[in-house]
Amino acid sequence: MALSHLSSSSPSRCANLLKLLSSAISLRRPISTDTTPITVETSVPFTAHQCEAPSRTVQTNAKELATFFRDMVVMRRMEIAADSLYKAKLIRGFCHLYDGQEAVAVGMEAALTKKDCIITSYRDHCTFVARGGTLLEVFAELMGRQAGCSKGKGGSMHFYKKDSNFYGGHGIVGAQVPLGCGLAFAQKYCKDEAVTFALYGDGAANQGQLFEALNISALWDLPAILVCENNHYGMGTAEWRAAKSPAYYKRGDYAPGLKVDGMDALAVKQACAFAKEHALKNGPIILEMDTYRYHGHSMSDPGSTYRTRDEITGVRQERDPIERIRKLILSHDLSTDKELKDIEKEVRKEVDDAIAQAKENPVPEPSELFSDVYAKGLGVESKYMQKSIYRHKGDELPSQAFGYNNPSEH
Amino acid sequence: MAAIFQGVGAAAPLSSSPSNSFDSNKSVFSPPRSFSVVRSDGIVNLNPKGRSAQRLISNAVATKADSPAASSSSKPGHELLLFEALQEGLEEEMERDPRVCVMGEDVGHYGGSYKVTKGLAKRFGDLRVLDTPIAENSFTGMGIGAAMTGLRPVIEGMNMGFLLLAFNQISNNCGMLHYTSGGQFTIPVVIRGPGGVGRQLGAEHSQRLESYFQSIPGIQMVACSTPYNAKGLMKAAIRSENPVILFEHVLLYNLKERIPDEDYICNLEEAEMVRPGEHVTILTYSRMRYHVMQAAKTLVNKGYDPEVIDIRSLKPFDLHTIGNSVKKTHRVLIVEECMRTGGIGASLTAAITENFNDYLDAPIMCLSSQDVPTPYAGTLEEVTVVQPAQIVTAVEQLCQ
Repeated sequence: MALSHLSSSSPSRCANLLKLLSSAISLRRPISTDTTPITVETSVPFTAHQCEAPSRTVQTNAKELATFFRDMVVMRRMEIAADSLYKAKLIRGFCHLYDGQEAVAVGMEAALTKKDCIITSYRDHCTFVARGGTLLEVFAELMGRQAGCSKGKGGSMHFYKKDSNFYGGHGIVGAQVPLGCGLAFAQKYCKDEAVTFALYGDGAANQGQLFEALNISALWDLPAILVCENNHYGMGTAEWRAAKSPAYYKRGDYAPGLKVDGMDALAVKQACAFAKEHALKNGPIILEMDTYRYHGHSMSDPGSTYRTRDEITGVRQERDPIERIRKLILSHDLSTDKELKDIEKEVRKEVDDAIAQAKENPVPEPSELFSDVYAKGLGVESKYMQKSIYRHKGDELPSQAFGYNNPSEH
Repeated sequence: MAAIFQGVGAAAPLSSSPSNSFDSNKSVFSPPRSFSVVRSDGIVNLNPKGRSAQRLISNAVATKADSPAASSSSKPGHELLLFEALQEGLEEEMERDPRVCVMGEDVGHYGGSYKVTKGLAKRFGDLRVLDTPIAENSFTGMGIGAAMTGLRPVIEGMNMGFLLLAFNQISNNCGMLHYTSGGQFTIPVVIRGPGGVGRQLGAEHSQRLESYFQSIPGIQMVACSTPYNAKGLMKAAIRSENPVILFEHVLLYNLKERIPDEDYICNLEEAEMVRPGEHVTILTYSRMRYHVMQAAKTLVNKGYDPEVIDIRSLKPFDLHTIGNSVKKTHRVLIVEECMRTGGIGASLTAAITENFNDYLDAPIMCLSSQDVPTPYAGTLEEVTVVQPAQIVTAVEQLCQ
């Protein structure tokens, strides 16, 4: 950042050279390694239930802000690209986009380690990327190709990444929360000293199984953090029409809760760090992330029949998570506007490249239909099942279809 | 007489000629290649715990006529009741593998409503034998979530019927997560509990959930019927990497039998030859096995020679054993406790017709429970399920 001052005050003979140098250096993004602490206040204070709220003052640094910016730009670009792919009929079925909510994914990841588990619903593309998933895995899975994270067999709602403890990716509203409490149980059982973040929406908050799971988690002192991503609409139903009490952070009753500005990545980070510490000592806690989705519920929903366009543009202007970080970076002089725009261009290219690669990727082999139904070995019956399918098609029975059933493998 | 293979040193025969594992002199058909059955691997592999792999005694289950699967005569074994056999199997597996835990209502301090988990909480503590609140949907989900990380929960439904509340978790998460994650996660849970028609327990407590669960891809279903196979199936189910639903029956918990002292499992995908015969193949499972054997006594006196097979594996069917039998007798009677519509018998009828139609001399007969909610009145309840007299009549009809 000091370089820009240097080049403007240097003698003209060296000015061009220095300008060249500074632009060359800016491509190396100096802020990406700068870890001098910066103190920032969150946009709004936290609201607490049955606990003491953490401070509004958050410690961060240039490197972290740069990471936040870049990661959120990747996510935003990825989701918008998915929108286009869906309209081009390369992505089929259901596609639930996360743009607007990126701050929750990046803020949470900043507070956690890969030993901590995350489980979420069907709006999982960005959470998957935050956990280390690649753009190719995302687009290939969305297009049903082999290189997809679930080999093309899961689809948009079933992204998983076992090696970074990302447990998906679930289509049935609310069903992931008991699973998440089970993950927390396993962590306690194995003395992992890690926590599980189970994410759900304001619509899922009314599911009975959440209360059941919270009760059990509180009884057994499990390190479970229930995170309500409140984007204020359960598909087409606004929260005030679905919930008698939309104070989701208070729903835990005996379990403490915290309401967080979910469009502020630093607030999310602070809250998640606080929750992790709490859960390891005292059992479950609820976090309510006040967030917003720009798209409709899914690609089949225009998103404008139950809310006004003014509302959407209003949130975009005032609370957009990427713009907030951009303003922070610029106001602290950590980077220039041009550099940030360059990052966006670079990301756009990265996303386009991944899409191109994914388009080239083949669809799954027919034999993949029968693989991974069971963990290992299969009963005889499936062999008959296969035979009848191929008989219908008049195809030659591919020998590899019997590969996994080959007794000689044992 | 049951033959127990001592898997010392050399691998147990998990080959394409599984007929060798049935010590039935009547089984003369060596299966063509396409009939090979892949069995649950009996090999123990607990590398993370540093244990050496143990070879299991992979058990053969054929027996003499009229006696349940018995132990080898060289070891006396010990006598116990079926619920004790389940408990023994569970306890041995919990001792063997610290990842095994039990969760359910009243399984811990109370000892289990049918005493299957008696004494386990005292021995293994509250973190391994977990009393849950009455919340089937969530604790089943939690067991599945824990299994995704590598734990091996045994989830009990106090009555199988209560697991209807957890149907979503069982169908979508338990059954499908291995597939939808592209193979990343395995779900080694065991879901078990008593079901079936009892003694005037009323409609809601007399359900047969195997008919509802059978379509779920990715799960295996087994039904135990003797102390011997109860313990063997419990152990095999716990060791399996796949989710297994183990169906017990409310009225069979007090059956007594002598079982081996040594470690053994029963293969999950295998049917059990209860009584070899020539005239007709009777396929059954769980409690109806005993009604069939009772009818068999009458039939033998009348000069018939029924072959009785306890199919045990409800999903997938052991079509190898069943096929061999059909090819021998050419007549099939299915006796089940499911209701007629959409039950195990319906699926089995379809499977046999599709694959062995050429070998049948008569249409398959299927005796099932009536398509009614099980009534409370004892006389009505008796007529709801298949009784031995009906089985005798059916065989006589079939063998005309």
